Parts: sequence; structure tokens; C-alpha cells
Amino acid sequence: MISADIQIVMPEILLAIYAMLALLAAVYTNKDKSASLLTWVTSGLFVLMGLWIGINGQGTQTAFDGMFNDDAFSRFAKVAILLSAAAVLMMSEAYMKRRGLLRFEYPILVALSVVGMMVMVSAGDLMALYMGLELQSLSLYVVASLRRDSVKSTEAGLKYFVLGALSSGLLLYGASLTYGFAGTTLFSGIIEASAHHPSLGLLFGIVFLVSGLAFKVSAAPFHMWTPDVYEGSPTPVTAFFATAPKFAAMAMFARVVHDAFGHIVSDWQQIVALLAVVSMFLGAIAAIGQKDIKRLMAYSSIAHMGFALMGLAAGTVLGVQAMLIYMAIYVTMNIGAFAFILGMERDGRPVTSIESLKMYSKRQPLRALALLVLMFSLAGVPPMVGFFGKFYVLRAAFDAGLAWLAIAGVIASVIGAFYYLRIVYYMYFGEETEPLDGKMNPVLWGFLMAASLAMVIGVFNLFGIEPIAQAAAEALVH
Amino acid sequence: MIGIEHYLAVAASLFVIGIFGLFLNRKNVIILLMSIELMLLAVNINFVAFSSYLDDLVGQVFTLFVLTVAAAEAAIGLAILVCFFRNRGTIDVEDVNVMKG
Repeated sequence: MISADIQIVMPEILLAIYAMLALLAAVYTNKDKSASLLTWVTSGLFVLMGLWIGINGQGTQTAFDGMFNDDAFSRFAKVAILLSAAAVLMMSEAYMKRRGLLRFEYPILVALSVVGMMVMVSAGDLMALYMGLELQSLSLYVVASLRRDSVKSTEAGLKYFVLGALSSGLLLYGASLTYGFAGTTLFSGIIEASAHHPSLGLLFGIVFLVSGLAFKVSAAPFHMWTPDVYEGSPTPVTAFFATAPKFAAMAMFARVVHDAFGHIVSDWQQIVALLAVVSMFLGAIAAIGQKDIKRLMAYSSIAHMGFALMGLAAGTVLGVQAMLIYMAIYVTMNIGAFAFILGMERDGRPVTSIESLKMYSKRQPLRALALLVLMFSLAGVPPMVGFFGKFYVLRAAFDAGLAWLAIAGVIASVIGAFYYLRIVYYMYFGEETEPLDGKMNPVLWGFLMAASLAMVIGVFNLFGIEPIAQAAAEALVH
Repeated sequence: MIGIEHYLAVAASLFVIGIFGLFLNRKNVIILLMSIELMLLAVNINFVAFSSYLDDLVGQVFTLFVLTVAAAEAAIGLAILVCFFRNRGTIDVEDVNVMKG
């Protein structure tokens, strides 16, 4: 019996053992000299594991009496998390090495946080959920303050830590109320206990759980840590924050509301819809005044989380499917955008001001075009894939009878298009300024081009992601 | 007779004190760490009270996990705080303001 259970959690166990062995090996040998190699090996392992989970996994299995699920939904999330984490690791290696930032702890901490995310998305019990979440968060607090000698980076780490701990506290308080009023921490037990007329205590539990989760996905009004952490952390770490942890947190959100509270959709639907509206508008409006591209990406991610939550608010199979497709597209776009941001340099020093992009198209027409495609896609301009992501969530919300939410989403996306188009405007029509360096690391160049090509080619069939996301959503929604 | 509701009331008030400590405190980051600890311990009281009330051990197991994680969290928080102090020379909450937004 136990061996069958261990078989199911094998990917997580292997990755955890790998992280611990790598830590020991690096400490006892040549420490930071092996950091480069370790980064590549870790990202290679992520890719292999992603392929293994994606190709081998089938059916729905549960381990440890329902504490851990292996279903189509968790596999979809795991593949996305592993691949995006691998991409970010590959992009960070050269950047961090040149700035003396590449410590051997970086890939190991990323690996540990990925283990946490994998546990999070397949948790079937509040305990497993909490432990996965904390493994992820504790590793992320440390990587946020990776640049120990910089005030900004340590301040980002400190802010992330304090607000992250607060959100964990809220989530735990919700978990304790849920446990008390449902009598169990298993999702399968909670869903039965909440099926008919949930008690007031259970409703309070849902509210606390949802606000804790909203912190983790950085949905407004629980977003205040995001811009500072994005700005202060080293850029590769920001790229990581914007991709894998966002996907994991959103998948965990879906897991909790559907697996544990799937019979009382109308009770949490209004909370999630409110979070979605506030996030979309705050992200769209607050980004307008930003001058730093990393801060801009932070507000952009808040707005995108609002759209993904809109899919979740629908509370249907179509809604979860739309949310998964939206998040997959969002992660791909962000990898491309951050490949560009990582390559922004002047005299070898990183630049993050948006003004520095003025007349970029004159010197680097191909790269400017790639960024233009990505920005149009982020804004949701029709020919690009980003439009289809928005279309799916809007349709899901509309079908679920949330027409007002869909209309609000359209308005917010029109407002939000302004700041993406401003970047494009600067690149093509701005005044001449001091130019950025012409050279770009080939790895970054490759990711930038691949992501922007995907935004154009994906129009045909979204790379066949639609039926996979549907199967994943059907595995989750009861 | 002390019933479950008394324990829940104590836990809820400790939790609220923790949250207020986090938001109203303008002095010292160490106090933030203490507030976080207070919140987690309030949750533990909740868990143990429910565990005893429901006659179910799961709540106490959860408490042990929370205690362990809280210890790890405090260690990491203090480590980040030490790094911050080295760079900034102060741990006043009002001075955690290089970035504004």
C-alpha cells in the first residue's frame, strides 16, 4: 500500500532528494564555482521531469488516503510549472554570472520552491496544501533577497516575508475554522460537510482561506507587496516570480474552491468575482504612471490575475479550462517579456526605465518587432494569442451568467492596453535618447523570439492545449 | 464551565491583536515578527481546541506542523532582517521605504 503511495509522489520525492544532494555536494566541493553547471543541470532536470509527468501520467490516483491527488489537473499545472521554471533558470544563468550574483543556492532554492508548488497543486488536504505552500514561500523569501548587499533587494525580501507570513496566517486561520466546522481537513470530507447549508463558521473559513490565497496570487486588494518585490528583487528572480509561482498559486486556488467547496459555488463566486474586478481595474489604472518596466510588469501581472480569476469565478468546467489556458498563455508571454527585460543594458549595466526604449526599433528592428508582438498579446489585441486567452475567460464568465463581470473585463482591458501601447509607441515613435547596448545573450534572444513566434503561430490551434486543459478542468470540477 | 467558544474567543482576539500589531506598529520590524508569531499561535489554539472538541487527532498533528513551519519562518525572517540591517543600518519600520508604490 505504502509503495503504491510513494509511486504517486515519486516526482516530488526525486526532486527533493536531488535538491538536498546538490546542496550537500556543492557545499563540500567548490561552492559557487559549480553554480553555472548546477543551474543548467537543474533546468535540464525540470524539463525531463515535465516531459515525464506530461507523457506518462494518466487517470486519477490518490495517495495517502486522499491527501495527495495525481489527476489531469495537477499534471497540467506541474508541467507548466516545471517548464516555466526551467526557462527562467536558463535565462538567469548568464545574467547572474556576469554580475557575480550566481550562487549555488539559487538553483537549489528554485528546485525546492518547485517541489513546494508541485505539492500545492496536487494537495487533497489542508495540511498538504499548507506544507507545500510554505516550502514554496520560504524558498521565495530567500531568493527575493538574493542580492545580499543591496538595500532594494533585502527590502524586497523583508516586505515579501512580512506580507507573505500575514497571508499564511490568514490562510491558516481559515483552515482551522474549516477544520473545526467540517470536522476534517480532507477536501473530500469538507465537500461533503459543506454540501447542504454550510454553517456560518465554515463560511468564515472560506473567506479567510480565499483572502490568504488572494495574497498569494497577488489579486487586489491584497496586492500591495507585488510592485515593491518585483522592483527590488534581481531581475531573473522577478522573472521567476511572474511565472511559475503565479501559475501554482492560481492552480491551488482552483483546487481549494472546487475540490473542497465545489458544492457551494454561489457562496465563494461573489468573493472571487469581486477580487477579479478590483484586480483588473487596479492593475490597468495603477500601471499607467509607472516609469520602471519591472514595476509595470508587476501591475500588469495584477491585472492578468484578475482575468484569470474571472475564469475561476464562473465556477464551471469551462471557467477552469479558460483559467488554465489563460495562465499558460500568460506565463509564455511573461517569459518572452522578461527575456527582453533581462537583455536591457547600457554600457553593461542593467537598465529598467521605460524611457530608455525610445526609438529602439531604429537600432534593433527584429527585437523591437518581437517585443511589439508580446506587448500586443499582453494587451489582448486580436490577432495575437493573448486575445484568445481573454476571449476564453470572457466567454466562461458570460456563460455562467456573470455578464457584468465580462463587460467590466472588456473595459479594464481597453484601459490596460494604454500602457502596453505606450511601450510600443516609445520604441517606434519616441525621441532619440542614449541608446541601449546592441548585444544580447543568445539564450535570451532565443526565448524572446520563441515566445513572440508562439504568440503568432499559436493562433491556429493554441498548440493543442485546449483539449488538454479541458480534460484537466473536467478532472477538477465535480 | 469553559467550553469550546471560550477557546475560540481567545484565539480570535489573539489573532486580531496580531493583525493590528502588524499594521499599526510603526516602530520596529522585530515587533512585526512577534505579531506574526502571535497570529500563528492563535491558529494553534484554534486547532487544539477543535481537536479536543471533535475528539479527532488531526488538529493536533496540524498544530505540530504549524509550529515547525513557524520556527523555520522566524529563522528566515531574522536572517533577512540581519541582511537588511547591514545595508540600511536601521530596522525601523518607517525606514523600510526605499521603494514606494
